[in-house]
Amino acid sequence: MKGSRFGSWLAFAIGTLYFLVPLISTLEFSMRMRRGEYSFEAYRVVLQDPRFQQSFLYSTTLALATIAIGVLLVLPTAYIIRLRLPKLRPIVEFITLLPLVVPAIVIVFGYLRIYNSSSWLPFTASAWATDLLLTFGYVTLSLPYMYRAVDSGLRAIDVRTLTEAAESLGAGWPTILFKVILPNVRSGILSGAFLTFAIVIGEFVFASLLNRPAFGPYLQLVGANRAYEPAALAIIAFLVTWACMGLIQVFGRGPRSARPSL
Amino acid sequence: MIAGAGQAKRPLPLAWIGLIPFFAFAVLFMLLPAAYLVIGSFQDTAGNFTLDNLARLFQPNILSAYWISIRISAASAMLGALLGFFLAYAAVLGGLPAWIRPTLMTFSGVASNFAGIPLAFAFLATLGRTGLVTWLLATYFGFNLYAAGFNLLSFWGLTLTYLYFQIPLMVLILTPALDGLKREWREASEILGASRWQYWRHVALPVLWPSILGTTLLLFANSFGAVATAYALTGSSLNIVTILLYAQIRGDVLHDPHLGYALALGMIVITGLSNGVYLWLRARSERWLR
Repeated sequence: MKGSRFGSWLAFAIGTLYFLVPLISTLEFSMRMRRGEYSFEAYRVVLQDPRFQQSFLYSTTLALATIAIGVLLVLPTAYIIRLRLPKLRPIVEFITLLPLVVPAIVIVFGYLRIYNSSSWLPFTASAWATDLLLTFGYVTLSLPYMYRAVDSGLRAIDVRTLTEAAESLGAGWPTILFKVILPNVRSGILSGAFLTFAIVIGEFVFASLLNRPAFGPYLQLVGANRAYEPAALAIIAFLVTWACMGLIQVFGRGPRSARPSL
Repeated sequence: MIAGAGQAKRPLPLAWIGLIPFFAFAVLFMLLPAAYLVIGSFQDTAGNFTLDNLARLFQPNILSAYWISIRISAASAMLGALLGFFLAYAAVLGGLPAWIRPTLMTFSGVASNFAGIPLAFAFLATLGRTGLVTWLLATYFGFNLYAAGFNLLSFWGLTLTYLYFQIPLMVLILTPALDGLKREWREASEILGASRWQYWRHVALPVLWPSILGTTLLLFANSFGAVATAYALTGSSLNIVTILLYAQIRGDVLHDPHLGYALALGMIVITGLSNGVYLWLRARSERWLR
């Protein structure tokens, strides 16, 4: 591969250009709010906007709830499948991939139809019930990532020996699951958690169609009405995503392991 | 396969009970909602069976929405796959300095998740009418992008924007496959006198082919289901199928929920097909790339 290094550099240069130019442009644009000088005025305005704080806090809360429910749902399932019922693995894997097959907008359309306020399970009848439905929706969206993160964490440890050791010491199921297995797959769970956080913070369709005051709809609103603030928000969103991915690197084996089916 | 001798004596009924929450969740929040729409698309407003909704998908307005969505998804998937392939190839096999690869992988992790509304803002600041690149081109090269027919709120504008998460996704998925190309294969073919081209034509590409094609299909489904970026970029001015469905849910623009169900069914079929073939191809490619 003698003469090929030039081609590699060229590909790398074009890639760098394509990925950096929008970031630089956005940063530059976000600092142009004051006429004739660069300033962080747009960031100040955005960060002081009470709706920014409220919607960001709201989405953060939902993201944490999503992660908690997701772990409670996925960890026992992945554990049982691995230890006791490996025959069910293809079915469970198929189910966890469904959110990638059925687009999010279709899923939320279904929610709105099934769980409307006059239905048998009226999730949309009150604000807190809708929040719950939204959280379940986010659990659904994050399921492919969460399941794979936890499952690859389980693959890396000897589940059987750990379980038998704990059993012979007299541990019950909750103890085994949460005091023995959970700490051992912590890095996998954290990878899934940070990816989930990144997904939930930026999510728009679910929150918008369920009419909840999340960060995504707030972004859309600002984008439709302001000039410089959207660019500042884009930079903030990029930094949040970057922080999440960086934390995955710190705690886990990189974002690759958290992505599904790679 | 992992059932040890000691375990066979103690079957655990608890195992089944432990799976109930997961399956209950899957039924309530994935299967039932999807099934409701699928069944609804075969019913009229009185609940009778009909194929009328599906037939009505073929009216010009809806057909063109599907067609634009398919074209944008195909363009961004194929371009993303092609550029992502070269980028991954350069980082893995291209003889670049060692630091480039981890940097590229980390950045790809970030960029493939940097979708939605912020991405639209970033491209508006770059290639919008007052964007930096638009302005630079006009000021220093005297080239008016918009007078030349470019528009960010158009087919190519949206495709260019989608590439921002499509290329990194391709890089992330293809890198392990490129790693799987064994050095011995290249060495063997070189010893047998094969040229670089022959090696790629007869060894590397046949092995990589399922991964490349499969990932392209995944990228297709990925952009086909995207709503937020397009919505923030174009409002409802671009008639793609996700925007149409969004407008239908918000305001019943089709004046018939059952036609909306059919619209959703069409999307499930398209993303389901491309994801299904992707999974099948991935299973095939794993034969070689272990």
